Amino acid sequence: MAAKPRVATASLAGCFGCHMSILDIDERIFELIELIEFDKSPINDLKEFTGRCAVGLVEGGCCNEENVRVLQLFRKHCDVLVSVGECAICGGIPAMRNAVPLKECLDEAYLKGPTVHNPAGHIPNDPDLPLLLDKVYPCHEVVKVDYHLQGCPPPADAIWQALVALLTGKPLELPYELIKYD
Amino acid sequence: MSETDAAIAEICERFGNDRTRLMDIVAAVQADRGGVDGSALDAIASAVGVPRVEVESLVTFYAFFSDRPKGGIVIRLCDDIIDEMFGAGKVERAFREALEIGIGETTPDGRITLERAPCIGLCDQAPAALINDVPVTYLSGDRAREMVAELKQHGDPRKLVHRLGDGNNAHPRVRSMVHNGIRKRGAVIFAEMERGAALRRALAMSPVEVIRDIKTSRLRGRGGAGFPTGMKWDFTRAAEADRKFVFCNADEGEPGTFKDRVILTECPDLLFEGMTIAGYAIGATEGIVYLRGEYAYLREFLEEVLEQRRKDGLLGKSLPGRPEAAFDIRIQMGAGAYICGEETALISSCEGLRGDPKNRPPFPAQRGYLGFPTCVNNVETLCCAARILEKGPGWFAELGSKGSPGTKLLSVSGDCSIPGVYEVPFGIRLDALLEMVGAPNAAAVQVGGPSGRLVGPDEFKRMICYDHLATGGSVMVFGPQRDLLHVVERFMDFFVEESCGYCTPCRVGNVLLRQKVADFRAGRGAASDFAWIEELGDTMKTASRCGLGQTSANPVLSSLQAFRDLYESRLGPDRGDAFLPAFDIRGALAESERLAGRASVVYTGGEGEG
Amino acid sequence: MSKTFTLTIDNTAVKAEPGWTILQAADAAGVYIPRLCGHKDLVPHGSCRVCTVLVNGRPQSACTTPATPGMVVDTATDELKEHRKRLIEMLFVEGNHFCMFCERSGGCELQALGYRFGMLSPRYPYQFPVREVDASHPDVMVDRNRCILCGRCVRASRDLDGRSAFQFVGRGPEKRIAFNAADGLGGTDIEAADRAVEVCPVGAILRKREGYRVPIGQRPYDRDPIGSDIEAKAAAAAGAGEED
Repeated sequence: MAAKPRVATASLAGCFGCHMSILDIDERIFELIELIEFDKSPINDLKEFTGRCAVGLVEGGCCNEENVRVLQLFRKHCDVLVSVGECAICGGIPAMRNAVPLKECLDEAYLKGPTVHNPAGHIPNDPDLPLLLDKVYPCHEVVKVDYHLQGCPPPADAIWQALVALLTGKPLELPYELIKYD
Repeated sequence: MSETDAAIAEICERFGNDRTRLMDIVAAVQADRGGVDGSALDAIASAVGVPRVEVESLVTFYAFFSDRPKGGIVIRLCDDIIDEMFGAGKVERAFREALEIGIGETTPDGRITLERAPCIGLCDQAPAALINDVPVTYLSGDRAREMVAELKQHGDPRKLVHRLGDGNNAHPRVRSMVHNGIRKRGAVIFAEMERGAALRRALAMSPVEVIRDIKTSRLRGRGGAGFPTGMKWDFTRAAEADRKFVFCNADEGEPGTFKDRVILTECPDLLFEGMTIAGYAIGATEGIVYLRGEYAYLREFLEEVLEQRRKDGLLGKSLPGRPEAAFDIRIQMGAGAYICGEETALISSCEGLRGDPKNRPPFPAQRGYLGFPTCVNNVETLCCAARILEKGPGWFAELGSKGSPGTKLLSVSGDCSIPGVYEVPFGIRLDALLEMVGAPNAAAVQVGGPSGRLVGPDEFKRMICYDHLATGGSVMVFGPQRDLLHVVERFMDFFVEESCGYCTPCRVGNVLLRQKVADFRAGRGAASDFAWIEELGDTMKTASRCGLGQTSANPVLSSLQAFRDLYESRLGPDRGDAFLPAFDIRGALAESERLAGRASVVYTGGEGEG
Repeated sequence: MSKTFTLTIDNTAVKAEPGWTILQAADAAGVYIPRLCGHKDLVPHGSCRVCTVLVNGRPQSACTTPATPGMVVDTATDELKEHRKRLIEMLFVEGNHFCMFCERSGGCELQALGYRFGMLSPRYPYQFPVREVDASHPDVMVDRNRCILCGRCVRASRDLDGRSAFQFVGRGPEKRIAFNAADGLGGTDIEAADRAVEVCPVGAILRKREGYRVPIGQRPYDRDPIGSDIEAKAAAAAGAGEED
């Protein structure tokens, strides 16, 4: 039997809601497992790519350098890259900070916010912490993205139909009911 | 009522508390108080009887009006590409240093404000600026510092004029240092004129005969679009109404155009005669000259010429030999908005509104100013009309080329040794013109201003006329040392700044195009961008509501056509990092690195990690 | 009616009354021409340009152009559809349209046109502008992040509500909606029941305390694309046409 196509997933600056929606395909996950093998993904907790992937599903936009690095990896390892959900497509809720200068964001989060308790008054700056980008970027403004699954999150049916189409080489045409931006 | 409210009420009263005169009212309040702040908005609104936000809407539309107070002296540095090429940057630095303020700021004593302005019609004597109404030319850093010292001393911009320009620039009502720079006189505009001769000939004919002469001459509009003037007059004549208007569009704002300035300075009688003839022909008794705010220094002089014409019976309640025909002209000042050169926006502005273009149909000839049939013609067109009546349509039609009869005034600037105004017959080849103006090494020429076309040497053999290289008059020459993509980017800055923002394709499209050109300039173009640009440009052309948006993609589209190699040389290199060329990881991290005081360990400059 | 005349829309003869615009004639004939600034109760504005059609081969906005006898109108050539989609995408990137938390989601006409045109992601870079929200009025709020500058509120407030509470200020990309009061929306005399509030096609003008009332799945554009109501008339109009 030929090796099953591999699918990788990642959540960048997102809420994992899109991954929850992937799981919402319910019992079809058994069919999916027949069709594919998961590569790097939070679903199997595989941290690194193990090989070339047919499809990469990316949730969330890029708010820091680590997001960018992971997105780069996905672009390099995946034949087809799919932005899943509003954050990946337009920055989503994290991109609301794009109207606020970076310094003010950090001050609000770590120094001045109403719920902040930070007697030392330091803004976390450990070298292990990824640096923030000047703004949150939609994935397709960083690397080439082949498909976009709209929704917050995209309905499980949309994700299912998209995956099946991509893996079986059929055109990806979602019905009206499944293209929603909310 | 407070003292200032009373002063504003008095200003409004002076204009009959007429909401259609809001341009004049706001200009007067602006001049009086340095700005139209919230209380002034309220005072004007209550005197004129319009909602306050309507006044605010107008004030915030025009560059010369402000809802925040400015200094009694406003220095407006022309920032068009030609001025930049001739050292406007140094001049700006000198002004900033001498005044110790930045662009858009006012000195702490509240006296002097420093701003930038798009083309002020002095490209042939760049760098130039307006200090209140006073144009100052051939600036340098030293001259800027001297001017600041003088202004601090006497506070009177008019005293900055130490040497007067040629011709009527030295007229006591003008007293300007501006030079006409007339390099070539043709038979139509700059020929000798006998005041009243054309008008008398016209008045001896019937209006229908006058229009027939204009049609026979095949005169087309000189503003750029080239609509047949006779047809426009005919439509306006045919419209039934109690009142009709003749408008002169003296709002030349296309960067690189300054020929109307010279006509207004040297041939105002020819222009007013043309307007009077148009009025007679279409059955209008009222004319309005919409004079761009940048040319306010000519206003008093033009008023005097009008007054003289009234005294001489060439204007007023009756016209020579036609006691039943009346015609008079008033001047409406603009206030810094390129869009008002669009005829329906110009009408909006005259009505005391934002300079938003109007929906067409109805066309101005059917329903224009205040709903009455209105004929809007360019300054040069009206001058041509007067000359046609004087010399005959056959004489005119013989000049120029087949589809483009007559002469054309060209405002030539940039990398040439003899910039200035040239009256040439239509059909002149671009290379012949370049030789005439002393530009043997031109690498590119912008014909027709930013809304026209950027052409390269391949096209220098083409003719200047409506059917080949069309132009309202602007010809900007660029030598081989110029970065043409920078030129294109500056043109897009201009359109972003000057779009009225009414319709989607123009308001958004210009911003997007400018961003894309900036990507290319930074060496971040993508091969797919070519189609992207062409498609976006196509939508702007097709869907925009007026000529501004329909042509504002031209700098990018025409340069892409003529200089595709330039764009190709700025494609982002394939670094093998999977990034889109336009994505700039270093730029995206710069602020964060600064705030954190440490460099990224992931992206260290030699990208491609991952 | 004797003055009724005929024009051609998308190769079909349709009837129109004097004074109708192309948009009205198309609506009556069951041909849906997408629009945002246009609204049946308001004077035409011609700003969004989404209703651009070809009139005798030339592009014109259908909402402002009078229908005339014999006129030949194309509303849906491939090029026109592509222009429309680009315009919608421009509007999406120009503002901050976060559908996931917008009260108007599901009933938003901009979003609905995105759905209708199958927009999956705009081809233009998001501008992420910085814009102000005005919540100073007790019953109504304005979120300029979502404003598409269609001017429906301006016209409705002036012509239907008799208040002129709204008008545009600034120009070009700086153009924005403003209120007829020194101290913001709260200083105006608008009321929650004003037509100006109701006609907003997006989530820029909202009644407070009313968000998310309609469950997902039952909102106007959850199931049927925008324009379906007009297109549903097509069969009826065709039937009526055959009777003549």
